[in-house]
Amino acid sequence: MSNQIIQGVLLGGYYALIACGLSFMFSVMRIINLAHGSLAVFAAFALWLLASRFHISPFLGLLIVLPLMAAIGWALQRFLLERSARGGALLPILTTFGLAIVIDNLLFQQFGANTRSLAPFIGSLSYDSWEWPGSIYVGKLAVIMFATAVILLGGLQLFLTRTQLGRSIRATSEDPDTAGLVGVDARRANAIAAAIAMVTVGIAGAFLGMRATFDPYAGAPQLLFAFEAAVIGGAGSLWGTLLGGIVLALAQTLGAQVHPQGFLIGGHVVFLLVLFVRLSTSGLGLRGLLRLAPRSAP
Amino acid sequence: MSIVSTSPVIERGTATSRIAALAVAVIIALLAIAPQFLSAGAVDRMTALFIYVILAAMWNALAGFGGLVSVGQQVFFGLGAYFTIRLADAGLNPFAALFASGIVVGVVSVPLSFFMLRLRNGEFAIGMWVIAALTHLLVNLDRLVQGETGTSLISLNVYDAGARRATIYWLALASMTALLAILFGLLRGSTGAAIRAIRDNEDAAASVGVRVTGTKRLLFVLAAFGIGIAGALWLATSITFQPKTYFNVQWTAYMIFMVLVGGIGTFEGAILGALLFFLIETWFGGTGVWYLIGLGATAVLFSLFLPRGLWGTVEERFGLRLLPVGYRVRLAPNVSAPSGEDAQPEQTTPHREKA
Repeated sequence: MSNQIIQGVLLGGYYALIACGLSFMFSVMRIINLAHGSLAVFAAFALWLLASRFHISPFLGLLIVLPLMAAIGWALQRFLLERSARGGALLPILTTFGLAIVIDNLLFQQFGANTRSLAPFIGSLSYDSWEWPGSIYVGKLAVIMFATAVILLGGLQLFLTRTQLGRSIRATSEDPDTAGLVGVDARRANAIAAAIAMVTVGIAGAFLGMRATFDPYAGAPQLLFAFEAAVIGGAGSLWGTLLGGIVLALAQTLGAQVHPQGFLIGGHVVFLLVLFVRLSTSGLGLRGLLRLAPRSAP
Repeated sequence: MSIVSTSPVIERGTATSRIAALAVAVIIALLAIAPQFLSAGAVDRMTALFIYVILAAMWNALAGFGGLVSVGQQVFFGLGAYFTIRLADAGLNPFAALFASGIVVGVVSVPLSFFMLRLRNGEFAIGMWVIAALTHLLVNLDRLVQGETGTSLISLNVYDAGARRATIYWLALASMTALLAILFGLLRGSTGAAIRAIRDNEDAAASVGVRVTGTKRLLFVLAAFGIGIAGALWLATSITFQPKTYFNVQWTAYMIFMVLVGGIGTFEGAILGALLFFLIETWFGGTGVWYLIGLGATAVLFSLFLPRGLWGTVEERFGLRLLPVGYRVRLAPNVSAPSGEDAQPEQTTPHREKA
């Protein structure tokens, strides 16, 4: 049982990674990007293409894909989100949903229905493991993934609280007009935030491809995992996202123990339970709970 | 003279809208006798069109009038089909099961609404998607459905193919007409004013005494019921039930496309959107992936550049209302025309919609 808990916690690192960009964008731009999962799958395909065609290791490939993702994030904000956000809160949902359909089907058009994986391109890392006391084997990749999640979330937290740019992004998310009065360029702050979010999506996509298989339509489940982890974590800091990812993964692991098809059901049920408890205990709604701009952080 | 000439006329029905109402009655009558002249394939296609109109109108009621964008409406489509299978398996006449199933879906949506309506915007949208994903998994656990293998509405097989086709056509036509009539009546009444007040500003609406949650719940349940009926009708036309097909998010994508292109928040827009979607599907549906890419791209472009959709833009440009659900204030140039609107050409005066 302790083995399953450890594996579950490590899997939670992956969910935290994929949730990170979603909740970051929500906290800064108040936009839930429905193309989030599809963009992660896009990054995985880009890495797969570099590895299979040009023999570039996925880790080196990130040097190409992450700047590309940043550019996509910047363009996404400038050309799509900024414009549609002017039409109210509902229009960005429709825009990003349409974008997700376009990305998914373009990927299908280009790569077909076959499932792919980055595992063949990272050597023995995909199956190597360490033996921990109590003859528990933990995958090296899973540990790297978890460590990446901690470093990324911690880095973002530091970036938001300690740097000038981070402060202007937070100021923009609080009140773009007032931020503008004190000299913050809200458009620039939002575009940079979107670029940062997409970099985290690129990293999540890399691990998605390394730890499992993916296909052109794998984006929707990733979006749901990210959303669930962000909502479960809820609380006022980026660490909440890590916690949410871990809780989601543990619920799935437990669900899989109960029933062969219980993996996904377990995750969804815990998500709904958390939501139910949250909604019935506070009038805040999710708007206040999904926030991760560390207003309440020290 | 100069004083009275500026007194506004508040109007709803116009000469155009009366002609439109008559045209609607004629079209429905023609559609009702159409199966006698159409080929079997054409009858099936028309049935599909009616189902699309239901889907578009119901999603538009929820999103366009209620401000509730859901990406999980396929849950009600799938449940409509699933409950039909279950009820027919329990021995109910398959045609009766279609409607019983819609009612069951509506009933199921009531407790769900207490939960989901507390979410806002994006949270509601994806939250519904999670509900749809979970429901799909749970339906797969049913032994009768046998997971993704699915099952069939076998009890329909006792009916002759021709009679079955025509019956389903009439049921779809009747369902569409009834649902549109319910929605139209709802939007024209005091509930309609409340619905639009909520859409425009929920807090302000609440402050003037609009029952925000109750009104939203009404729309949520109506949309669930209508989409449940649509799912049941779709099952009747295709016979086989595969959870993966019915709980596919593609259904919601279609609804979004139809409503965005037609005109979100306009009664006529959803119908126009469904008609356009039907034509596009007929012509380009065979191109598979590119067709879907085109749908997604069109939805993005409309939301960016024409967020009011085709009908919304026409309405704005020409002041045209075929099936008016709101009131509008018109500055009458001449007070001597007592019933105003009949005497004046439509487009010559400025219009302002007053919901």
